[in-house]
Amino acid sequence: MIELCELAVRFDRTHAVRGVSLEVAADEWVMLIGPNGAGKTSILRALCGLLAFDGQATIDGRDVRSLGRRALARLIAFVPQNPVAPSELTVAEYVLLGRTPHLGYLGVEGRRDRQAVARALERLDLLPFAERGLGSLSGGELQRAVLARALAQEAVVLLLDEPTTSLDLGRQQQVLELVDSLRGDGLTVLSTMHDLTLAGQYADRLVLLDRGTIVAEGAPRDVLSPETLASHYGANVRVVHDDGDVFVLPQRG
Amino acid sequence: MAVDSIRGAEAAVRARGVSRPWRLLAGAFLAGSLLVGLGVGPVGIGATGIVESALSHLPFVHVHSPLSALEEAVLWQIRAPRVVLAAIVGGMLAIAGSAYQGVFRNPLADPYLLGVAAGSGLGATLAIAYGHVGRSGQLLPLASFVGGLTAVAATYVLGRSAGAVRTASSLVLAGVTVTLFLTAIQTFVQQQHTNTLRDVYAWLLGGFSTASWKQVAVAAPYVAVSSLAIVLHRRMLDVLSVGDEEASSLGVDVPRLRLALVVAATAGTAAAVSVSGLIAFVGIIVPHTIRLLVSTSYRAVVPLSFVVGAGFLVLADVLARTIVSPAELPIGVVTAFFGAPFFAVVLRSARTMR
Repeated sequence: MIELCELAVRFDRTHAVRGVSLEVAADEWVMLIGPNGAGKTSILRALCGLLAFDGQATIDGRDVRSLGRRALARLIAFVPQNPVAPSELTVAEYVLLGRTPHLGYLGVEGRRDRQAVARALERLDLLPFAERGLGSLSGGELQRAVLARALAQEAVVLLLDEPTTSLDLGRQQQVLELVDSLRGDGLTVLSTMHDLTLAGQYADRLVLLDRGTIVAEGAPRDVLSPETLASHYGANVRVVHDDGDVFVLPQRG
Repeated sequence: MAVDSIRGAEAAVRARGVSRPWRLLAGAFLAGSLLVGLGVGPVGIGATGIVESALSHLPFVHVHSPLSALEEAVLWQIRAPRVVLAAIVGGMLAIAGSAYQGVFRNPLADPYLLGVAAGSGLGATLAIAYGHVGRSGQLLPLASFVGGLTAVAATYVLGRSAGAVRTASSLVLAGVTVTLFLTAIQTFVQQQHTNTLRDVYAWLLGGFSTASWKQVAVAAPYVAVSSLAIVLHRRMLDVLSVGDEEASSLGVDVPRLRLALVVAATAGTAAAVSVSGLIAFVGIIVPHTIRLLVSTSYRAVVPLSFVVGAGFLVLADVLARTIVSPAELPIGVVTAFFGAPFFAVVLRSARTMR
């Protein structure tokens, strides 16, 4: 579904991303992990047209650069790490904005758009919140509203940049379960993730980036080894394997 | 079953436009303001007289005007152009204010932010000082219009060169820079031509005392086109509220959208300023009053701003010409003097309502 070939992103003269080649199959969930500044977010932003890049990127066989902005937005929904949540809009109004790529420049939503939004709200249990102001939502509810906007876009690819930032442990699990269930509806997910234990539990495949290049790739149990994490994160961790799950535990000393 | 529940849910999914009661209320406010504006003055004319006289001028309507020839002349040659001009200027300034606030995601943005005022002021000043154009001259509006548009163009070019990223704040900074520069020139020119300073000063303060149907004809086309363009963009203004990056990931060409809205709002503002002088405050107070009382979505703020702004400035003009009658107060003094306390009350009551 997503194919990257020798992708490179440059800021002035330094490379944020270099020679990244990656394939994500339909309905797969791949997580990009790596230390700060490894280039995880830049890859997502390049894919959805927010950053210029060298190399090749295709979605469903279509070249990302040859697609217009609107056509691209119908294929890819992007949820940034800190979405702007204008407190002056209601949840319904906010999720309706997700229909923008399906409307003409000065168009107004029709019945099909409202139905798509209703489906997205229902899917994320947000119907009772439809008329509430965004400013009155809790962190978890807000993240669901942002996901609902992405769903309303009816894209085939969902890009999530650190979807669990600033959520408590329970909300983190809720959001990740939700995203996991969305894949059943035919959504391919590429996300970045800081929490390695959660990353190992939810991703089909992990891609470890360091200084803009891929340094390890594969099943969580293969990528998350103490040696790899020590050399790329500079972290001292213990990795516990239990019943197929991988737990990454930081330790002192 | 699932389909039924989506149908039911669809009803909950709606964007707040302008609900019927508010539509009626805003319409009634504008109609009332127009009647007051037409009726109040040295020659008082009642509301029924105005309506019947208006009807008598329509073809195929057989109503006889109850007014004397003098009253007819006062009503249609003196007051009507003045009231209509105040209405379109007020509507334009308010709707342009709402557009600038959305485009720059800045609640304090108003039509004068990008140097429109300074440019228009300088254009008019140069025309008066060097072109020997009288205060009521035909060329004055043109000069201020050209000045306003030139200033905005300068702001836009400067803001663009400020960085590869054309963010809202780089444009605002450019606007401030251009304004300061033009104001310096303005002061210099005024000092060199103290004899004409009075004319410039009177124009800068703004007002409708020289309103004529000709001025209405000058401003109306710009106001009509530019406010229609802004109204059509009301949904896009909501999209912009999620920021440049997310709007762009939703498939919107943000720089082009911003340019289109700025051009529309500025052309209308420059036209309004050219026939009325500088009238501050309307572009800020009217959209914010609507936000506090009706809805914060631009789908409601934009269209209501025009209607309420029109009524507001007509009423302000009535005060300007009656308080110290037969002299006139500058209308900018009235909008600020009555607008500021009114806005304070709205601000306070909206806070306690929540």
